Amino acid sequence: MSHETAMAEGGFWRDSGKTGIGAWIFSTDHKRIGLMYLYCVLGFFLVGAFLGFLIRLELMAPGPTIMTAQTYNAMFTVHGVVMIFLFIIPGIPASFGNLVLPIQLGARDVAFPRVNLFSWWLYAIGAIIVLTSLFTGGGAPDTGWTFYVPFSSRTTTNVSLAVFGVFVLGFSSILTGINFITTIHRMRAPGMTWTRIPLFTWSLYATAWVQVLATPIIAITLLLVVTERILGLGLFDPTRGGDPVMYQHMFWIYSHPAVYIMILPGMGVISDIIPVFSRKPIFGYKMIAFSSLAIAAAGSAVWGHHMYTSGMSDLGILVFSFLTFIVAIPSAIKVFNWVSTMYKGSISLEAPMLFALSFILLFSIGGLSGLILGAAATDIHVHDTHFVVGHFHYVMFGGTGFAFFAAAHYWLPKYFGRRYQEKPAIIGWVLMFIGFNILYFTMQVLGMEGMPRRYYDYLPEFARLNFVATVGSWIMLTGVAIVVWNLWRGLFKGEPFTGNPWGGASLEWSIATPPPTENFEEDPVVTHGPYDFKGAGVP
Amino acid sequence: MSHLEKDSFGAKLGMWLFLFTEMLLFGGVFILYSVYLTRYPKEFGLGGHQLDLVYGATNTVVLLTSSLFAAMSVTAIKTGAKKLTLGLLSGTIGCAFIFLGIKYLEWSAKIHHGIYPNSPKLIAGPPGESIFFSLYYLTTGLHGIHVIVGAVLMSWTAVMVTKERINATDNVTLENVTLYWHLVDLVWIFIFPLYYLIL
Repeated sequence: MSHETAMAEGGFWRDSGKTGIGAWIFSTDHKRIGLMYLYCVLGFFLVGAFLGFLIRLELMAPGPTIMTAQTYNAMFTVHGVVMIFLFIIPGIPASFGNLVLPIQLGARDVAFPRVNLFSWWLYAIGAIIVLTSLFTGGGAPDTGWTFYVPFSSRTTTNVSLAVFGVFVLGFSSILTGINFITTIHRMRAPGMTWTRIPLFTWSLYATAWVQVLATPIIAITLLLVVTERILGLGLFDPTRGGDPVMYQHMFWIYSHPAVYIMILPGMGVISDIIPVFSRKPIFGYKMIAFSSLAIAAAGSAVWGHHMYTSGMSDLGILVFSFLTFIVAIPSAIKVFNWVSTMYKGSISLEAPMLFALSFILLFSIGGLSGLILGAAATDIHVHDTHFVVGHFHYVMFGGTGFAFFAAAHYWLPKYFGRRYQEKPAIIGWVLMFIGFNILYFTMQVLGMEGMPRRYYDYLPEFARLNFVATVGSWIMLTGVAIVVWNLWRGLFKGEPFTGNPWGGASLEWSIATPPPTENFEEDPVVTHGPYDFKGAGVP
Repeated sequence: MSHLEKDSFGAKLGMWLFLFTEMLLFGGVFILYSVYLTRYPKEFGLGGHQLDLVYGATNTVVLLTSSLFAAMSVTAIKTGAKKLTLGLLSGTIGCAFIFLGIKYLEWSAKIHHGIYPNSPKLIAGPPGESIFFSLYYLTTGLHGIHVIVGAVLMSWTAVMVTKERINATDNVTLENVTLYWHLVDLVWIFIFPLYYLIL
């Protein structure tokens, strides 16, 4: 295998002489599990991106273009399910979290290595169930990724199986969260005080709490949808005394906090990258760490802002609107601190930094458009329009997606011992960034003008902007293809990557490249903070 | 701390976190219960009267006894009393079977009377009653699944005790399984008054 020749340098790739697929899918080594997650989530990202590309192609011109209305409904549902549950929720925490977190803490593995492997198995099984649901039964689900009742309890498509798959994925997410919390509490190296934990790990700590406290609610809600379909419980059926709005409450009690499962680790990645590429300690370490917890806490109480138009009481709208605005405060603290970190820094514009910088801009646009949706008056105007679609793609893709690629360029060379080429990385990034803005900014404008989301067809006056957005999707996808190809090629065949070329001061940069199975030959004693570059002996 | 020795505190911390998630899972059902109770107080009261108090009360006693056995087994293993531990564990597992047997009798009696989700009788009746019984079957069914899982875990633990993989010094697994069993018991302590004793 080209794998092994590329990894001839050793590290955990070669340790104990184990090779073949069995040495991976039964391995309890957090680095191997992290890489397995990475391959899966990256694969699903490409599938999801391709589906998104097809959706945009359909919307390029009014009327039927390349698919039927039913296929379109299935297409945006599957795009959502794949992207949300298979890519973005496990994306950074399960892959990069597993790769980096124990090393940043100075631990040899996570607290429960076998549970960790079990989580990955659950993820794989859940993913297979979800994929099976697309091709069996009554065909791919067509409800939208939110599985809203009453449609989801009536449609003849394969919703039950898809929902059950998501349930299994939720279990995987819970176990990862429990593992990370326990690891952070119990396995820090001597000297690794709470204020010396790198901010990426801090963000995973906040994320893990959200995973543990919010996911069970979606688990029960999804079970309710399945029982509703199979047994006809009638709990959400108005003709039988049930209330469909209760479904929306229970769904968003999880799914809004889940938004922070998606974005917090991304913010953590950025907090680790910005100081390293600015050659300056992070500004306001404690504020960034605590703002993660504040976002996790405040973000758990804002689910009602998805339901302003559902007939909620005015008082309810007022309270949820107020709480929603509160989340902006810790988010803004982070943005200001990142910008302050760069002030008078010696900035080196390499690929991880470019992705990090574009994260700040795109996340800010996404966050500010979120305020428009958080205010009831403006929300009622743009509710369920393309404005919402544009907004959450700015946060989810412009935020987490770009952070994912920042993390990939920043950390993966460490684990592969080889690096990508700089030039294609930058070209790919430029195309992604430009295409992204053409696509999603246009969507926001379309929404403001009144184009509803999820619709198969639209009025002729939206034709021009839809065409522009579709062209944007081509540019962006070209960029994604270049970036992924360059990473893939570079990590297996690229130039050697040794030592500490980025000049990081957190623990993962103090060990061999690629890391040995046990991470540390001796348990480290931590004497300096993760951004104390002088203390770490970084020039 | 060194990573090679077993961290029983960490193992218990992980278990407690998991139990939180289980509480929240049942919490979802209890949220639905509280919302629909305020909407249909009369029907919930009438529905509660149709459940068999004797079955419910017996099952409460059975589960509390099982939890007592489970707690005693932890004390027993810590003194190294292997036989006593195994006896107490069998007691817990026995109680689990009695509980499920009674539950079976209870459900089949109800189903025999035409009271089950989507039954013609419930559809014809007032909506609140149908909601009450849907929630009843959902909650007790979910709880029943947890009883089965708990019994399986208990049996597995008993095998580990026989093999002395769980012993006087290394017994955090037994403690964790017992904690799980207490949760199953605790959830029932909420289900019983909410469904059987209401009004």
